[in-house]
Amino acid sequence: MATAARILSAIILALVLIFLIMPIAIVIPISFSPSTIFSFPPTGFSLRWYENIRNADGILRALWLSTQIAGLSTAISLLLGTLCAIAIVRGFIPGGRLVATFMTSPLMIPGLVLGIAMLQAAREIGLRDGYAALLLAHVVVTMPFIMRTVLASLALFDFAMVDAARMLGCSYPAALWRVLVPNILPGFVSGALFAFIVSFDNYPVSIFLVDVRTKTLPIQLLNQLEMSPDPTLAAVATIMVVLTILALLVCDRLVGLKRMAAV
Amino acid sequence: MSGVLSGAPAARPARSRLRFEGDMRGLMALPALLFMGIVFALPLGLLLAKSVQGADGLTLNGYARVLGDAYYRGVIWDSLTLAFRVTLISLLVGYPAAYALARTGGVMQVLLFSLVFLPLTVSIIVKTFGLTIMFRREGILNWLLINTGLTDGPIRFVFTEMSLVIGMVNVFLPFMILPLYSVIRMLDGRYLDAAATLGAGPFTTFRRVVLPLTMPGIVAGSSIVFAISVAAYVTPGLLIGERYMTMSMVMAKAFLNFRDYQLGSAMACVMLVIALSIVFASSFLTRSLEQRGGR
Repeated sequence: MATAARILSAIILALVLIFLIMPIAIVIPISFSPSTIFSFPPTGFSLRWYENIRNADGILRALWLSTQIAGLSTAISLLLGTLCAIAIVRGFIPGGRLVATFMTSPLMIPGLVLGIAMLQAAREIGLRDGYAALLLAHVVVTMPFIMRTVLASLALFDFAMVDAARMLGCSYPAALWRVLVPNILPGFVSGALFAFIVSFDNYPVSIFLVDVRTKTLPIQLLNQLEMSPDPTLAAVATIMVVLTILALLVCDRLVGLKRMAAV
Repeated sequence: MSGVLSGAPAARPARSRLRFEGDMRGLMALPALLFMGIVFALPLGLLLAKSVQGADGLTLNGYARVLGDAYYRGVIWDSLTLAFRVTLISLLVGYPAAYALARTGGVMQVLLFSLVFLPLTVSIIVKTFGLTIMFRREGILNWLLINTGLTDGPIRFVFTEMSLVIGMVNVFLPFMILPLYSVIRMLDGRYLDAAATLGAGPFTTFRRVVLPLTMPGIVAGSSIVFAISVAAYVTPGLLIGERYMTMSMVMAKAFLNFRDYQLGSAMACVMLVIALSIVFASSFLTRSLEQRGGR
């Protein structure tokens, strides 16, 4: 009976994995299919939908905007978050645990609620610039992910090395930059990649802050999906999946996926 | 002497300089705290304020409309039951899957683990797009069902509650499997041997040993899946749309279409309360489990 349970759970695992991968894998054959309707199994092979991406002006513009927002918000979170994390871990400020909870708390707030709150605040102070509003909001969205990975990395870092650098004549900022930063680089990279993906993929916060001229990729894709669904989307999706897998491989090389999933 | 022990130079001027620097270093946290205070905490406070702001002074009108109206109460109820169904199915499917995953070893485990992890990093738009393709009349699900002889004709999945639940389980299942996996992996196999030695059958062993020991994972996974399901927006929006109204849909419509900010803010605050209750309930449960475990 114990073996029966073991076999059954292995079968369930296999089915679950197929189920999880299926919607991701399905877009790949669709993107190479010559027909305009998504049918399975696909007939023939064509690259027309990939060529079509170039004509889909909105998607390219949205892609560029999303890349900028994700990159900038990750960089700002990384800078502010790391400084704050050092102050927490070293006990420079009172109530470190409380501060850490506060900095990661956007994770507990539903995205739509956050988006609505930001929309109202932006209106209240008269912030009309969609780009600035998006960037500010995405720093909030990415901050918890940076905080978690950086705090975890700092917990393993030996601060005596910073003191040693200080004794050898480094200023405190220089000691952080030349000793601490290289040492916790893997944590930075995995935190930053995760934050980038989270920002890049964010829909519920962005939907309230975009305007006609500034649309992020998820918003543009969803608009397109509702307006005129054709396999161009599958081509874009395939490219995104491939890029994601590449990013994951980089992460795995640097820190290992399991550690990344745990923190 | 304590100065020497803690590594600080014993000379007086040097110590006062260090002291001063220590105070300054506390300022490192300031930019982040200021930023999050202004851009995160303040807007949330404003949202709460807006939800009780009427034309003249304070009013609970928004809440009366959300909680007093049978339609909106129904929407809240539907969102909660949907999240409950998704959580329950994810737990029932995810538990054995996580168990099997934790019990495989070596390279195989790394590979299978990545397959669970990969969907988490792929855009939710891409996944939901894939799901809509799967559910189509001539999609892969019907193709499989017909070719395996399970059904004679195509089943209608598109825009049904069944496809909504299946789709949401698909998107949120990894959030259930990962915490379960990390708890089950820590399970000491000797406990199972001990239970067997003492004459417990597999079922008793599971109920009396495995289940209590993995309860923290069950609590963590279920609370995460419930919290994100109840607030989900993209997946329900694409898979079923307005045929199944959820709180998210009402909020988005109130702000983006009707411009009924009072209603939208009140609904948002109700959702905020639900989300925070889940967080507190799960941390309370986890803590009481830890205490009972004597750790």
